[in-house]
Amino acid sequence: MRAFRYHRPADVAEAVALLDADPEAAYLGGGTNLVDLMKLGVQRPGLLVDVTGLPLDTVEPGPDGGLRIGATVRNSDLAAHPLVRRDYPVLARALLDAASGQLRNMATTAGNLLQRTRCAYFQDTAKACNKREPGTGCAALHGQNRELAILGWSERCVATHPSDLAVALVALDAVVEVREPGGPRDVPLAELHRTPGDHPERETTLPRGALITAVRVPPLPFARRSTYLKVRDRAAFAFAVGSVAAALDLDGDVVRDVRLAYGAVAHQPWRAYRAEELLRGRPFTAELAAQAADAELAAARPLRHNGFKVPLIRNITVRALTGLAGSVRP
Amino acid sequence: MSAPPVGAVGREHPRLEGRDKVTGAARYAVEYPVENVTYGWAVPAAATRGRILRVDAAPALALPGVLDVLHHGNAPRLTPGVDADLFLLQEPAVHYRGQFVAVVVAETIEAAREAARLVRIDYDTEPHTTVLSEHHPGLYRPNKVNPSYPTDTEDGDFDGGFAAAEVRVDATYRTPAYHNNPMEPHATTARWRDGRLLVHDSNQGSTPVQATLAELFALPREAVRVVAEHVGGGFGSKGYAKAAVVLAALAARQVDRPVRLALTRQQLFGPIGYRAPTIQRVRLGADADGRIAAVCHDAISQTSTLTEFAEQAAVYTRSMYAGRHRRTTHRVVRLDVPTPFWMRAPGECPGAYALESAMDELATACGIDPVELRIRNDPAVDPEQGLPFTSRNLVACLRDGARRFGWADRDPTPGVRRDGRWLVGTGVAGASYPARARAAAAAATAAPDGTFEVRINATDIGTGARTALWQVAADALDVPVDRVAIRVGDSDLPAAGVAGGSMGTASWSWAVIRACEGLRDRLRQAPGGAVPADGLTVEVSTADEVRAQRPLPRYAYGAHFCEVRVDADTGEVRVPRLLGVFAAGRVVNPTTARSQLIGGMTMGMSMALHEEGLLDERYGDWVNHDLAMYHVSVCADVERIEAYWLPEEDPELNPAGVKGIGEIGIVGTAAAITNAVHHATGVRVRDLPVRLDKLLERPPTR
Ligand SMILES: Cc1cc2nc3c(=O)[nH]c(=O)nc-3n(C[C@H](O)[C@H](O)[C@H](O)COP(=O)(O)OP(=O)(O)OC[C@H]3O[C@@H](n4cnc5c(N)ncnc54)[C@H](O)[C@@H]3O)c2cc1C
Ligand code: SF4
Repeated sequence: MRAFRYHRPADVAEAVALLDADPEAAYLGGGTNLVDLMKLGVQRPGLLVDVTGLPLDTVEPGPDGGLRIGATVRNSDLAAHPLVRRDYPVLARALLDAASGQLRNMATTAGNLLQRTRCAYFQDTAKACNKREPGTGCAALHGQNRELAILGWSERCVATHPSDLAVALVALDAVVEVREPGGPRDVPLAELHRTPGDHPERETTLPRGALITAVRVPPLPFARRSTYLKVRDRAAFAFAVGSVAAALDLDGDVVRDVRLAYGAVAHQPWRAYRAEELLRGRPFTAELAAQAADAELAAARPLRHNGFKVPLIRNITVRALTGLAGSVRP
Repeated sequence: MSAPPVGAVGREHPRLEGRDKVTGAARYAVEYPVENVTYGWAVPAAATRGRILRVDAAPALALPGVLDVLHHGNAPRLTPGVDADLFLLQEPAVHYRGQFVAVVVAETIEAAREAARLVRIDYDTEPHTTVLSEHHPGLYRPNKVNPSYPTDTEDGDFDGGFAAAEVRVDATYRTPAYHNNPMEPHATTARWRDGRLLVHDSNQGSTPVQATLAELFALPREAVRVVAEHVGGGFGSKGYAKAAVVLAALAARQVDRPVRLALTRQQLFGPIGYRAPTIQRVRLGADADGRIAAVCHDAISQTSTLTEFAEQAAVYTRSMYAGRHRRTTHRVVRLDVPTPFWMRAPGECPGAYALESAMDELATACGIDPVELRIRNDPAVDPEQGLPFTSRNLVACLRDGARRFGWADRDPTPGVRRDGRWLVGTGVAGASYPARARAAAAAATAAPDGTFEVRINATDIGTGARTALWQVAADALDVPVDRVAIRVGDSDLPAAGVAGGSMGTASWSWAVIRACEGLRDRLRQAPGGAVPADGLTVEVSTADEVRAQRPLPRYAYGAHFCEVRVDADTGEVRVPRLLGVFAAGRVVNPTTARSQLIGGMTMGMSMALHEEGLLDERYGDWVNHDLAMYHVSVCADVERIEAYWLPEEDPELNPAGVKGIGEIGIVGTAAAITNAVHHATGVRVRDLPVRLDKLLERPPTR
């Protein structure tokens, strides 16, 4: 692995300035993704700017409800936070279903959102990958692609975003607070990750060197009735092969509001706007939930090995929503 | 039940080295402090078949701290003809992707790794074929199957018997490549001094590794010492000298300094061997009462272009169940892949998955309980050889397991039990594994202070073998255990075979007992029983005794029961309960025996539900080559694993009366689980692993 320098900046401004000055610099959170990729030669930064010492490690209630989650809050701490557990069970569940205890103790909020795809070809420098090396081709498109995308992919890249946390946050309309050399900026999480298009190497809409400082979760009272369902190949310590984040607000049996997002289906956490739209204002039934999922999945284009994700996502959408609806089961 | 143990044998005892291991004091192959040490990093071929045209080491050598780059153009020469897989860095030919074609040596491990990336190799590539198929034109009949079984067997008239049978099952089962994945990778510290080679190596038997290194480097055996005091698992993949030790020894000779070399996790997927994928057709013909008249097992697997390795998958069927008309065959095909090798219960494990699944299909077809079906087809003598078994307690295992599991009131109908979101089912499978022994030497020394030391080059790969031998030695010497010390894991000790084939304890304890008996005789003869100041030593070999064993069928048996739950919406499988009952001769140490049996069952569950090398035929290697992508079962997959054994005395085994327990635990587990999945869902998964997508997408097969 490439020899690198390591620096702990005194404050946010220094961190941003360091990255601005050095095109080979990268932020280091818990390192659970970046360091692995460095060992594999997939990422080769010359300078690591360790942001875990910055004062970005608190979870604070917002003035009007909601939460402000510091960028370096560890996944374990966030999952255990009383406000998260009470007001946003979907968030706690998504965090606890991810990785392992040891990894969650290291992983940070920002690092989790910016973790790279688990596409096997991306992680192997001896194989073709447009994301790792633009223009070399996408080995996954006609290769082993069971884990990869069914929605929003391009011929250039069929990777998925692996984070569970991001799926829950995108369902909650979270906003990412960013510090760029020019100053602070807010980016809705739904706009943070790009579709792969012609440039899968560009994964986010952030400019190089942008530092995530916090994630704001707006107040959403009905998120107390929310859940995260994750399907994986073994019972623990595995990435999702499909997941759903859901929150449901019922007025009698009519859907007043709903939030729905899918994981492990696309290059970004997939907010299911179309399904939400179909659900809103209608009496809730399991059939309606299935129709909503079908409407969202109408655009799905499964690859050779992942056609099962379509019925899988449909089934877990129905299960998540009927579970939340509780007594409204048909 | 058997009488309580009078000596050390049969008693629970924690591993002697347990404390050292959990505190980190136990040293593994690359953890020995060595002065002036350097680091080696292996470079895998990025071509699948072809030749190296050019190696450009200059960019690697330019990196600070890099000492040398070895490749076929400059590496020390090895003796040809010893082992094609180990003839490394000698020729430009590339036989499979990932073959080690260079080694970088540097002052630090980081520099070595970085330089390995910078070695530029140009290849002249040829088209390759890496996919096993029953239609492959290259399939042929090997002369024998692993290790030395006949390739095909035939008895009676299978075709006639099958055609005439009232009930017939004809099914084909597939298993993927499995990768051994011991916790400790293949790793070596090698150093040369005065023409002698010393290696600390992670292996399952340093006597054979010593022999192979001596041949490869054209040295007398005494000039090679191989130490493997603690080994972090092997599961068969370290049963023989492998690439790491050869590369480290080559590199150490080249740079004339000690070299540490450990393979990466990714490098363990291929070059060190793997369980060959199989395609197995099993046909069973029976009468309406389920009595088998005809049985045929045709197994296909792959080998490399370098060395023939023929997985003996159909051998299991030769002795397991009755049936007058029988046939077994094996075919292999040479592909441009690394050579497959041993993995826990090679042959029996995939073979039992196929036969024990077919038995379940037969039970369903006949409408007979699968436990009862197996009991009905328990042969009185070995069905092929006609010889009596030295002991055969399959039926007792099945009955005891059924009682403990609560099998009695099972409704056989598949796909009808539901508990909320879960489909619930139960399954059973039989298991057997040969009880073999091989020759070994051992030495026992009495000291004047009344203590003893027993020495044998056994290898403790984490199983507890060292502890078991220590218990056996204490009883053979008839002294309390605290007066006995045991030394293993060094080729300077009396020579012994590998920890493999479930014959470690059988073979080693045999030699230990004979050495201790010999020593007691000598002590009795010594004047006044006094031990001379420099001690008294007896060294023995069991070669003659082992050779004189009667050629009888000797097997351990087991019965596996399990409950599975399948999520009706997602196809996810959970195992609330896995229960095995085994008849494996005497058990020396219940603590370590239980962990072997539970470990085997866990690995079998992993095989059934998770493990799968995903080959990309365009590259010719397995893409999911780490433990984040190649899933091994975790605790959360299973709630309860229980292992029991029956008391069993078999005088035809060995002095300790053991059959070996390293492998029997894995043998029937996968079939028990897939049979239970069928019972739960009505879906018969005939291609492992049972992934959730297979349960989601497939209609029930009944
Ligand atoms: C075996 C394994 C299993 C896993 N399973 C799961 C799973 O099931 N679900 C799941 O969601 N995740 C899983 N993970 C991934 C894990 O959650 C991520 O590795 C982790 O969240 C990354 O956080 P980190 O702080 O360690 O990031 P790092 O590795 O430190 O950084 C990741 C990326 O984020 C950048 N970065 C870090 N902090 C900032 C910042 N403040 N501003 C801007 N950029 C920043 C880094 O430069 C880097 O590019 C698994 C990981 C492993 C190794
Ligand atoms: S899917 Fe994307 S990440 Fe994977 S190989 Fe293709 S381009 Fe690379």
